[in-house]
Amino acid sequence: MELLTPDFGLVFWMVICFGAVLFILGKFGWPVIVGMINKRSEEIEESILKANEANARLAGTNAEAERLLAEAKNERLELLKEASKQKDQIIADAKAEAAKKAQDLLDKAKEDIQLERDNAIKEIRTQVAELSVSIAEKVVREKLSGDKAGLDMINKLLDEVNIAKS
Amino acid sequence: MNLLSKFITILMILFAPIVAQANEHQESEGEGKIDVKELVFGHIGDSYSWHIIGDIAIPLPCIVYGQNGLNVFMSSELGHGGHYKEYNGYTIAAEGQPNAGKIVEVSTGERPWDISITKNVLFLLISTGLLLWIFLSISKRYKEDYWRKPTGMQAFLEPIIVMIEKDVIEPCVGKNVEKFSPFLLTVFFFILINNYLGLIPVFGSNLTGNIACTMVLAVFTFLFTNLKAGTKHYWLEMINPEVPTWLKFPVPLMPLIEIIGMFTKPIALCIRLFANMLAGHVMQLVLIGMIFIFAQMSVAAASGVSILSCALVIFMTCLECLVCFIQAYVFTTLSALFIGLAQVEPHHEEH
Repeated sequence: MELLTPDFGLVFWMVICFGAVLFILGKFGWPVIVGMINKRSEEIEESILKANEANARLAGTNAEAERLLAEAKNERLELLKEASKQKDQIIADAKAEAAKKAQDLLDKAKEDIQLERDNAIKEIRTQVAELSVSIAEKVVREKLSGDKAGLDMINKLLDEVNIAKS
Repeated sequence: MNLLSKFITILMILFAPIVAQANEHQESEGEGKIDVKELVFGHIGDSYSWHIIGDIAIPLPCIVYGQNGLNVFMSSELGHGGHYKEYNGYTIAAEGQPNAGKIVEVSTGERPWDISITKNVLFLLISTGLLLWIFLSISKRYKEDYWRKPTGMQAFLEPIIVMIEKDVIEPCVGKNVEKFSPFLLTVFFFILINNYLGLIPVFGSNLTGNIACTMVLAVFTFLFTNLKAGTKHYWLEMINPEVPTWLKFPVPLMPLIEIIGMFTKPIALCIRLFANMLAGHVMQLVLIGMIFIFAQMSVAAASGVSILSCALVIFMTCLECLVCFIQAYVFTTLSALFIGLAQVEPHHEEH
C-alpha cells in the first residue's frame, strides 16, 4: 500500500520541477525548436522548387543556344556556298571577258593587216602601173615615129589610160 | 559445444566470489534468510539518503516543517541502515510502525510537512537540470543558425522531436497544435529522460516508477485536457450526451459514465506508467535477489542460478530500454488523444 500512496514531498517537488520545465521550455525551448525545424523544412522545400525551376530555365536556355548555334552554322554554310558560287561566277565572267578582249584584239589586228595589205597591194599596183607605163612609154617612143598608125595607137592607149584613171 | 562449456566455466569463476561473499554475509549475520522483499522495496522505494553500495550512502538534505517550525538538516543526523537516531524532535519511523521509513515527530509519531530532498527528488532535480540544459542549448543553436546541418545532441534529438511533433501530436491533437505541443513534448522528454536515468545500475532512482511522479504528470494532462482544450461542445456532450433519453433520464446513467470517464483517463495514464516502470525495476531486482536466495543453499546452486539470472537481467534491461521509450511514447500519445478528443466541435449535419 505504501507504494500506492503518493508522498507529499515528491508531489511538491514534482509540481515545482515539472512546472518550471514546462514553463521555461514552453517559452524558450519548444516554440524555437519546432518553429525553426518547420521554417528550415519549408525553406528546403522552397529552395528545391526554386532550383528545379532554375534548372528547367537553364535547360530551356541551353536548347535556345543550341538552336541559335545550329542556325548560325547553317547560315555560315549557306554564305560559304554563295561565296564560292560568286567566286566561280566572277572567274567565269573574267575568263569570258578576257576571251572576248583577246578576240577583239585579234580581229582588229586582222583588220589592220588586211588594210595594210590592201594598201600595199594598191601601192604595188600603182608602182607596177607606173613602171609598166614608163616601160611602155619607152617602148612606144622607140616604135612611134609620127606615122598614122602610131598616132592611132597613141590615142587608143590614151583612152585606155583615161578609162583606167576614171 | 566446447566453446559454450568454456564460456560457462568462465562465468562460474567470475561469479563464484560474489556468491561466496553473499553466502558469507548471510552466515556472519547469523540469520537464516535474506529478506528479498526488503531488498526489492528498499531499491524501488524512496529514501532520505542516496545509498550507493554496502555502507556507503550520500546524505541528502531534509527539509521539514513541524511543531517546532522549519528544520533543515542532513539525513546523516538521523542515522541510516535501520539504526535511526533522534534529531531536533524528529526521527525516522522504524519498520512495522505507521509511516515506516518516513520522518516523523518523536513526540506524536505524526508526519510533519516534509519536503526533503530525497533520492527521488534529487533525481528529479538532476533530470530537470538536464532537460533545461539540453533543450535550451539546442534551441539556442536553432535560433543562431537553423539552416545548418544538425550536429551532436541536436542531430540525435531532432528526429525524435520531429517524430513526436509530426507523427503523434499533430495527428492526435488536430487543431491548436502550437498551444499543446510544448506541454506534450515536455511530458515526453521528461518521462523519457527519467525512465532512462532510472535504468542506470547503482546510480539510478525509480522516479517514474513512483506514483507521486506519474500522478502529477497525469494531473497536468487532466488540467490541459479539461481546462485548456475542453470546448463548449465537450462539456455539453459530457452533461447531455446524444443518446436515447432513457439513458439520461430519470437516472443520469450516461452523464455519470462520461464524468467518471473524465477522471479514469488520467488515472489510467498515471497507473500505466507507474506500474510499467515499477514492474521493470522489480523484475530486475527479483532476478538478482534469486542469486542470494540460492546462495543460502549452496555455492554450486547459486553459481548456476547466477548465470541464468544475469542472462535474464541482461535480457530484461534490453527490454526495459525499449519499455522506457514505449511508455514515454504511450503517455504522450494518449495525452495528445485526450486533448484532441476534448476539442470536439458539434456535428453540423443533422441525421
